[in-house]
Amino acid sequence: MTSSLATVSYIGATILFILSLGGLSNPETARRGNLFGIIGMTVAVLATVLGPRVSSVGISWIVAALVVGGVVGLFAAKKVQMTQMPELVALMHSLVGLAACLVGFASYVDTSTVFPTPAEKAIHEVEIYVGILIGAVTFSGSLIAFGKLSGKIGGKPLLLPARHLLNLAGLLVVIWFGREFLRAHDIQAGMTPLIVMTAIALLFGVHMVMAIGGADMPVVVSMLNSYSGWAAAATGFMLGNDLLIVVGALVGSSGAILSYIMCRAMNRNFISVIAGGFGGGAPAAKAAGAGVAQPQGEVVPVSAHETAELLRDAKNVIIVPGYGMAVAQAQHTVNDITKVLRQKGVTVRFGIHPVAGRMPGHMNVLLAEAKVPYDIVLEMDEINEDFPDTDVAIVIGANDIVNPSAQDDPASPIAGMPVLEVWKARTSIVMKRSMASGYAGVDNPLFYKDNNRMLFGDAKKMLDEVLTVLEA
Amino acid sequence: MGLVVGVPKETAAGEKRVATVPDVVAKLVKLVFQVAVESGAGDAANFADETYRAAGAKVVPTARDVWAGSDIVFKVRPPTEDEVAMLREGGTLIGFVWPAQNADLMQQLAARKATVLAIDCLPRQLSRAQKMDALTSMAGISGYRAVIEAAHAFGRFLNGQVTAAGKIPPAKVFIAGAGVAGLAAIGTAANLGAIVRANDTRAEVADQVVSLGGEFVKVDYEEEGSGGGGYAKVMSEGFQAAQRAMYAEQAKDADIIITTALIPGKPAPKLITAEMVRSMRPGSVIVDMAAEQGGNCELTEPGQAVVKHGVTIVGYTDLVSRLAKQSSTLYSNNLLRLTEELCKTKDGTINVNFDDDAIRGLTVLKDGELTWPAPPPKLPAVAPKPKAAAVAPAPKGHGHGAGEPMSVRGLATTFGLGALVFLLVGLYAPATFLSHFTVFVLACFVGYMVVWNVTPSLHTPLMSVTNAISSIIAIGALVQVAPPLDAAGSANRPNASILGLAVFALVLTAVNMFGGFAVTRRMLAMFRK
Repeated sequence: MTSSLATVSYIGATILFILSLGGLSNPETARRGNLFGIIGMTVAVLATVLGPRVSSVGISWIVAALVVGGVVGLFAAKKVQMTQMPELVALMHSLVGLAACLVGFASYVDTSTVFPTPAEKAIHEVEIYVGILIGAVTFSGSLIAFGKLSGKIGGKPLLLPARHLLNLAGLLVVIWFGREFLRAHDIQAGMTPLIVMTAIALLFGVHMVMAIGGADMPVVVSMLNSYSGWAAAATGFMLGNDLLIVVGALVGSSGAILSYIMCRAMNRNFISVIAGGFGGGAPAAKAAGAGVAQPQGEVVPVSAHETAELLRDAKNVIIVPGYGMAVAQAQHTVNDITKVLRQKGVTVRFGIHPVAGRMPGHMNVLLAEAKVPYDIVLEMDEINEDFPDTDVAIVIGANDIVNPSAQDDPASPIAGMPVLEVWKARTSIVMKRSMASGYAGVDNPLFYKDNNRMLFGDAKKMLDEVLTVLEA
Repeated sequence: MGLVVGVPKETAAGEKRVATVPDVVAKLVKLVFQVAVESGAGDAANFADETYRAAGAKVVPTARDVWAGSDIVFKVRPPTEDEVAMLREGGTLIGFVWPAQNADLMQQLAARKATVLAIDCLPRQLSRAQKMDALTSMAGISGYRAVIEAAHAFGRFLNGQVTAAGKIPPAKVFIAGAGVAGLAAIGTAANLGAIVRANDTRAEVADQVVSLGGEFVKVDYEEEGSGGGGYAKVMSEGFQAAQRAMYAEQAKDADIIITTALIPGKPAPKLITAEMVRSMRPGSVIVDMAAEQGGNCELTEPGQAVVKHGVTIVGYTDLVSRLAKQSSTLYSNNLLRLTEELCKTKDGTINVNFDDDAIRGLTVLKDGELTWPAPPPKLPAVAPKPKAAAVAPAPKGHGHGAGEPMSVRGLATTFGLGALVFLLVGLYAPATFLSHFTVFVLACFVGYMVVWNVTPSLHTPLMSVTNAISSIIAIGALVQVAPPLDAAGSANRPNASILGLAVFALVLTAVNMFGGFAVTRRMLAMFRK
C-alpha cells in the first residue's frame, strides 16, 4: 500500500468516526453509528499495518498483541454489569493514558527520526513532553476514579492541607523540568527530567481525583474521557499523524462538552469541581444554610402496601431514579412495576436528572438494560413542567436532584442547581434507606412537605413488596 | 398479651358512626393489642360483626362486657353517665369529650380515676398532630355531605349543559366560611360543575379557595380576621356591615348557599338574615352547617330541613353520620395514629407521655387528675419566611445548550485571547506544525458540533464509544513496532526496548478497542422502544 493510499484510508476512517459520533443523536441510528466506528477503526488499523510505515517483520507481533488485548477486552465487555459501566469506562480511560505514555517514551528513544531544523526537533520534544504529561495524568487519575467507583477506595474527598499550593508547586516543577528536558543534549540526559515529570504527573492525577467526592464523579469521568482524547491528539502531533489528531480532538471535545453539561446540571463551576471538595466557600454556606432554613413539618412514612395502593389509584406516575437505584440493583423490579402499571392503564414515565448516577447517562443505560422502553424515559427539561399534572412521583434513591431548596433558598449550598420538581406532584414518595442527607450534606425540605411520603428501606426489597401487592 | 381495646356501640340518638373499623382492628392487633367489639357496634356503618371477627377482634354481646372488660375504650361521642359508671376504675377513654361543655362528665370520669384523651383537644397547630386530627377529617366529610344534601334538595343540575333541547346554566353556589368544611364543600361543588364563590374573614385562605376551583369574594373593608390557631375571630361593627351588604348581594344571585361560619366558644354568627332568604329565588337551597351552634341563618331549625319563602333550609346536625362508613373509617384511622404515638414500643401497652406536645394537649384527665386545659405547646419558632425567595438566576452558559448568546464582553475576551494564541503560533511555529494545527482546530469544532447533537440518554454509550475510538492511539504504537529502516537509521536505535513498549501499548489499546466497541454495542442493543 502506498503512502497516498494510506492517507486516503485515514480520511475515510476520519469520516466514519465523525458519523459514528453523529449517529448517537438517536437510539435508532446509534447502533449503526457504532458499526461505523468499528469499520473506521478496522480501516485505520489495516491501512497502517499494510502501509509504508510497518515492515513485514512486525506483523506477527502486531497480530499477537491485538489478539491478546482483544480477548481481554471482549471478555470484559461481555462480563461487565450495567451498574459497573462507570468503573469499566474509567478503567479503559486509564489504558489509553498508559498507552499514550508508552508511545511517548518509545518515540523519545527512537533515534531514527530525523529533523531538518532545530525548531522542529524542539517542537517534537515539547509534544512528547506534553503527550506523556497528559497520558500520565489520565492514567493515574482514571485508576483512582476506577477505585472510587468500584468502592475499592472510599468515596469521601481526601483534602490535603494546602492542596492548591501543592498542585501549583507541582506545575512549576513540571515546567522547570520541561526546560531541562529541552536543553538536554542526548537521550540519556533527557531521560531524568522526563521520568521526574512523569512521576509528578502521576501523583497529580491521583491527588486530583482523590479530592473529588462521589457525586461529582460524572464530571470527573467525563473529564478523564476528555483527557484521553487530548492524549491521543498529543500523540498525533508527536508522530505527525493527522488521523490521531482528528480523533483525539473529537474525543477531547466530546468529553469536554460532557463535563460542561454535568457542571451546568449541578450549577457548579468546572474549576471548583476539579479543585476538589465541595467548592471553596462550602463550609460557610452550609453553616448559614442551617441557621436560615430548618425544614418545617413532619416526615410521614408509608408502607410498601400503601405505596402500591397510591400507584394503583394514579393516572400519571413519574419515577425519578438516582444512584440509590443502581446500588440496590432495583432497575428490573422498577421495570416490572412499570409494566404492571402500564397494563392497568397508568401512564408511567421516568424523569432523569443529568447528574443522576455516577456517569453521564448512567440511569438511561440501567433502565435500558431492564428493558424499559426509551421513549418513556425523559430528560429533566422535557418532564419538569408535567409534575403538576402528576398523581404520584416516586424518587428512588436520589436526594439532591429533587431538593426544593435549590430553587427557593438562596443560602443553600446547592442554590440555583436545576432540580426535578417532584414536590409539585399530588403525592411524592421518596424511597430512601434513612433520613441521612445527600452528598451535598444539605437537608432536604422535600421530606417535610405535606404531600410527601417516605418509604424507608432497601429500594430493591421495598419495590419487590410493592410489585407483589400490585400483582395480587 | 397486650391491653384490651374496647369498642362499644354508640348510644347517642342518630349516631351511626363506630370508633373502630375492621381494617384498623387488624392494625391494632399487629400492635399486640386485643380488641373487644360490642355486637352490632358497626351495623349502622355497614360493618358486620363477622368482619370484625375476621380482622381479629372478639365480639362481645353487651356494652357492659366491653366497658368493664377493656383497659382502653374507643368512643366517638362523649360517654353518658351510665357508660362512665361501667368504665373500669383507672381505665383509659379516647374519643370526643368537649371538656369545656361537659363539666359534669369530667367530674364523673375523674371519680373513676380515668385517663381521658379528648381527640377534640388536639393541638391542631402542630403539624405532627395532623394525622390524628379527627375534627378536620369530620369537617371535611360534613362539607362534602352538605353539598350532596344541597344538590338533593335543589331542583336542577349543578353543572351547566348544552342539550338538544336547550342550554342549562350551571348552578351558582356561595360558601360562607372557608375552613376545612368550607374548603371541602368548595371542592365538591366545583367538581360537580357548579360556579363556586366563597368568602372568609381570613384573607389568607383566598389562595386555597382558588386552588380548589372557587372564586374568592372579598368584603369591601380592611380588617384581618385571623384569630390564631386557624380559627376566625369576631369582627368589628364596620366590617360586619360591609359583610352584610356583600352577603345580601350574593343571596340575590346564588342558587345554593352553604354556611360554615363558626367562632370557637361563641354562638354561630348570623350571616343570612330572613330578609336575604326572602330575596333568594324560589327553589334555592341553604345548607346551614352551623345549625348545632344556633345556625348562620336566622331561619334555620336545627336538625330539620324546612321550606321558608320557597327556600329549602337544611339544618341537619348529623351530616357526618349520614356518611357513616366513610366517617367511621377516617375517625378510626385518626385513633389508630394516636394509638401508634401512645404505643411506640409496639407491644400492646400505652405510655401517656407528657413530654410529647400532641399527647399532652389531648390528655384532659390523667389517672383522675384534671390536666385540662393544657399549657400551649412549645411550638418551634416559626422561621420568618425568606423574602420572596429570590430564586438564584439560572446559570448562564456558553454555546449551544444554553440558547442565550454570550455577552459582548465575553465574546470580545474570547476572541481576543483566541487571536493572541493564533498570533503566537503563527509567529513561532514551523510550517509542518501549522498544517497539523489546522486539522486539530477544525476537528475540535467538528467534535463540538457533533457532540451537542447527542441525546443525553446516550451519554454513557457516547463515553464508551469515544473511549473505544481513542484507542486509535494504537496507530502510534503500530508505526513504532517495526518501521522499515535503512542501516544508518537502525544502527543506534534501541529496537528491542521500542518494540517492547510499542507491543505493550498495542495490547492496552486493543483491550480498549475491542472492549469499547463491544460494550457499546451491548448497551445500544438494550435501548428499545
